[in-house]
Parts: sequence; structure tokens; C-alpha cells
Amino acid sequence: MLDLRQYNCLGEALRSAVDRWPDEICLIEADRDRENARLTYRQFKEAALPLARALQDAGFQNGSRAAIIMTNQSKWLISAYAIFYCGGVLVPLDYKLTADEQLKLLAHSKAEVLVVEYHLWRAIAQAHNFGHLAARLVLVTEAPPKAELHGAKRWEEFRDAREPVFVRRTRADAACIVYSSGTGGRPKGCVLTHENYLEQCVALTSLYPFWPGVRYLSILPTNHAIDFMVGFIGPFVCGATVVHLRTLRPEYIRDAFTRYKITYMTLVPMVLKALEQNLRQRFAGLPAGRRKMLNALIAANRAMTRGRPRLRISRALMGQVHEAFGGELRALFVGGAFTEPGTLQFFYDLGIPVANAYGCTEAGTAITVNDLRPFRADTVGKPLPGAELRIVNPDAEGIGEVHVRSKTVMSHYLDEPEMTAETIVDGWLVTGDLGRLDRTGHLQLFGRKKNMIVTEEGKNIYPEDIEAAFEGLPVKEFCVFAANYLWPARTMVGEQLVIVLHPEQGHALTQETIANLTERNRRLLNYKRVSGYVIWDADFPRTASLKIRRIELAEQIRNKLGREAVVPL
Amino acid sequence: MTTLDKTTDEILQLAAEHFKVPRERLSPSDDFFKKLGINSLQALDLLTRLEQHFRIELPDYELQGVSDFRTLAERIQSRL
Repeated sequence: MLDLRQYNCLGEALRSAVDRWPDEICLIEADRDRENARLTYRQFKEAALPLARALQDAGFQNGSRAAIIMTNQSKWLISAYAIFYCGGVLVPLDYKLTADEQLKLLAHSKAEVLVVEYHLWRAIAQAHNFGHLAARLVLVTEAPPKAELHGAKRWEEFRDAREPVFVRRTRADAACIVYSSGTGGRPKGCVLTHENYLEQCVALTSLYPFWPGVRYLSILPTNHAIDFMVGFIGPFVCGATVVHLRTLRPEYIRDAFTRYKITYMTLVPMVLKALEQNLRQRFAGLPAGRRKMLNALIAANRAMTRGRPRLRISRALMGQVHEAFGGELRALFVGGAFTEPGTLQFFYDLGIPVANAYGCTEAGTAITVNDLRPFRADTVGKPLPGAELRIVNPDAEGIGEVHVRSKTVMSHYLDEPEMTAETIVDGWLVTGDLGRLDRTGHLQLFGRKKNMIVTEEGKNIYPEDIEAAFEGLPVKEFCVFAANYLWPARTMVGEQLVIVLHPEQGHALTQETIANLTERNRRLLNYKRVSGYVIWDADFPRTASLKIRRIELAEQIRNKLGREAVVPL
Repeated sequence: MTTLDKTTDEILQLAAEHFKVPRERLSPSDDFFKKLGINSLQALDLLTRLEQHFRIELPDYELQGVSDFRTLAERIQSRL
């Protein structure tokens, strides 16, 4: 692994990496059972440098911003390398947002360059606010030969063979602007510095090292903070291989494990759960004798790995299971949302450690990670090396708000000094999550103090961001809340949103209004929908500028109504 | 019956079989996530079944933003 203490910016570290391991396989891109690309680090450099030079020819320079909107694939990394090489600031956007939302964040980030996949560009070009796109250069990948490009250039042809000029940045400079929310309300663009990423990479690889020959399976898009770190920066600075799979279908994920002999992989809880269900079904279908034998082997493995994982023993005991995962899997990483302890324990008992982590965009990638020594399914692990945690205003059980101080905490929210001052107080990041540190230093989570939910797909949903979908509803006023914010619950799974409706005075809520609400809800992406509504018969408390006082309203509702008042939609 | 209606009907039939629900409970405008109680991974599973039936290939992104059978049928129809 490169000694990252010697580097000041991601561009510098990545440039050293491609020169250090020229003949190692750097990227493999698979689409179902086909292989689209296989590049060594030398070939990766040869693909990225002409793009960097063409960007520089087009005026892209030190501190310029470039956004990427792409699914999970190799061109994401090639583009990001070129952007960092030019000293640019990367704006990774979620390809699953709607075109309107993407345009809004593009405008907020002031990205001059946009790199985007053709099918996503097609949707952006059809959006009603397309005219507001301010990027002066758009590069579209994989466009069909005669496609209408709406002024964009083809990524594949945007090349200049001359040597680009490498631009060095300082550790304090912005590396990325990552949006944690704000597609509907005020955008929260987390400005993460080169130091944030370099420090995070050192901390994570000290626990889970990569080296040449390690193959990391990437199924999450690289805009996802975890994949950006453990599916790009981490493997690259260690000379490892990243295998991109351009589908999330379980049958191809299973196939990729065996075909590419995968060492590590990151999943969100939903995918991990699907793998668990599939295995449980297969175990249930075994003849009684074999099932009994399997249970005995699981019990033996559990006893022998109580203190720490012992891969050789587990692979010997549970040979068939490990073969199904390619035989070389060392650990699965899971993050983005809370994972149920039962699922983590299920895999650990099979000898497949799942390193669950806890973090937030504002803190870089991760704050705590399960170091597996010993494995603790009931916690989200210990703070990463270099991260300090404190529990603020703990109750009698020691549960309070989690604050973190670390070199990985973002610099600020883009153009939002007030919001930054509320979030980073005296150097401590206020997470809004409720937790407790146990005697061994492991963090346990018990819900949230903040008004938001996280889905099992790892999506953070802020109520303010979806309220626009209900504008025009024939009621006097409405407000969306996380149900667990209105009625605190000590859980981080199955979180839901509810809409509070205040009908016009003297008017009951009609069937038409409910139908209207249902239709608007249906038009939202499935994970952004509200699960029910609450009828509220008093005026919402508001500020002088007529903004809803959400904290006060939540308190009023909590004091008067219980969770049973929610009418499911 | 138009070609799109026929495609929609076949999708409803296959979805009913795949998720073991009575065919008559499903209609073209239904939100399949809600009606079938499935998540996006299970919806991809249905997409695989539909690919086999219609002998086409649908990238995962074709399902993005789609939640009702009728729109799904339109996406499939455009590739037939």
C-alpha cells in the first residue's frame, strides 16, 4: 500500500498508484455474464490521461467542478481520475434521482462539466428545467451512433493525445462535494477535503487491508460514499482490482463471486438480506440428515470463531458454502443503513464475517466499523482509528446523541454557513443519531433525534425533500415527518414517513382529497413515499417568515396523538 | 386488444404466478411495489422472469422510476 501520509491530494496518490502497479489488473467491468472491459493500471492511465488533457484544453482547471452521473461502471473511475489529475473538484450525483432533482443539484454545485450516461442524459434533456443547466461541457458515455446529444459531446471521442499537466492540491482543498440531501429543500452539499479522504482511507485499510491480487466486487454506484472509498480510493492505493457488476440481480451477483474469486464486497442491508433468505431457503430444502450435519458444523464454527474470525477453519468446516462465494471471500462490508443483528450473526456463523459500519456523508465514509475482534452483531463497532466519539446528554441508560470529532469530518456545507454552524459545533459533528458506548468501546444505536429516515437500500430521506410532491393538495396546510421523530422508537429499521394534514376549517377530509394524496404519493419513487396520514385540526405554529416550526408542531402532535392516529395509505 | 394491452396482460399473468397472487387481484394501473409488497430487488427478479418470457434484455435502469404495470409494459413494448 502507498504511504498516504506522504500525499497531499487524491490526484497525487492515485497517480502514484497507477505508476506503482502498471501490470496489475485494475478494473474489470462485467455486465451479467459478459465482460465489457479489463484494464491494467497502465491501461487505466492510458484511458484517463487523454481525457484529462482534453478537459484542460476545454478550460477545466484547478478548483473547477465536474459532476458525474453514472451507474456502476469503469468510466466513472476513469472520469474521476481525470478530474482529480486536473486539480478539479468532483461532484458525484446519485443516478437514481429524478432528472429535475439532478438539475437542481447541478445548479447548486455550479459544476462546469458534467459526465453522464446516455440514458440518464436523455431524461435530463427532457426535464422541464433543462434550460437551467449551467454546465458548459457535457460528456455523454455510450450514446448510440445516431443519437440526438442536445449539445453534449461523446465521452469516448473527447480525447487529446498530448500529455496533460498534473495539478497538485493541498490537503485542505475541496476534493468532492457530496449531497447528503436537499433535492426538495435546502441542498446540503458536504464539502469533503483531500485530507478527509486520505485520513479515512488510512483508517479503513488499517482494519481491512487491500493488496495486489485482492478483488473487490462493486455493485453499488461509485457516487455512494462507501463505494467511493472501498471500491475506488482504497483498492487503487493498494494495487488491488475492482470488479464492477452492472446489475444488482442476485443470480449475477452469485455468479460474479465464483467467476472472479471475490475477496471483499460492500452491500446495503437489502441485498444482504436477499442473500440470507436465499441461503436459508437452500438450507431448508436439504434432506434432514444433511441439515442436521450443517447445523452441527455451524455450531462448531461459531464456537471456534468466538474471539475472532478464523477463515481457514471456517472454509474447511463450511466448504460448500464458501465455494458458493468463490472460496476466497474474506469479508462483506455493509453500510448505508442499519442492519439487523440476526442477519449479521447468520453470516458470521457461516464463517463469512460481515463488517457493519456506521457513518454519514458529513463524516466522510464511516465513523465506526466492526473490527470483528470479537464480532459483535449487536453493535456497529468501535470508532475508527483517529475518530473520537462522545454521547451528549445521556439518559439513565447512557443513551444520548452521538457527536464525532475526526480528521474525516467535512469542511462545511457548500454556501450554507448557518447550517454548517448548527452541524459542526466546537469541532464536533452533531450526527442527530442516538447511541450508547458500551464498556468495551462499541457503539450501539437506538434511533434518531433528527427528522429523517434511512431505507434498507441505504437512502437517506428528509421529509422537507418530498413535500414539494404534495404542493397544491386541497388542505389548509400539511407537513411531512419521520414517524419515529413524532413518536420516538428505539429502532433504526422499518422507518416510515407520515404526512400531517390540516383540512380547511369546517371541511372534513374528502375521498377526493385522499385519492389526490394517494396519486401524488404514488408518483414519488417507491422508497420516498409516505406510509400514512394524520389529521390535525389546529393551525401549524409558524415563524415570522411563515415557515413551519417543525419541532414545536411535532411536540404538539406527540402530546395529543399517538402512533395509532396514523391512517395507512 | 392492442399490442400494449396484450403485453400488459401477459405481465400481469407472469407477476401473479411469480409472486403467487390471484391474477384477478392485479390491474394495469397497480403500484406493483405496494400491491405485491415487494422491494426493488424483488422487482428486478420479476424483470428477469419477463426477459425470459419476452426474449429481450432489459437493463436494470429500465425499472428506474417505474412502479405500475402499464408503464413497465410500455418499457418492454419499446424493446420488442
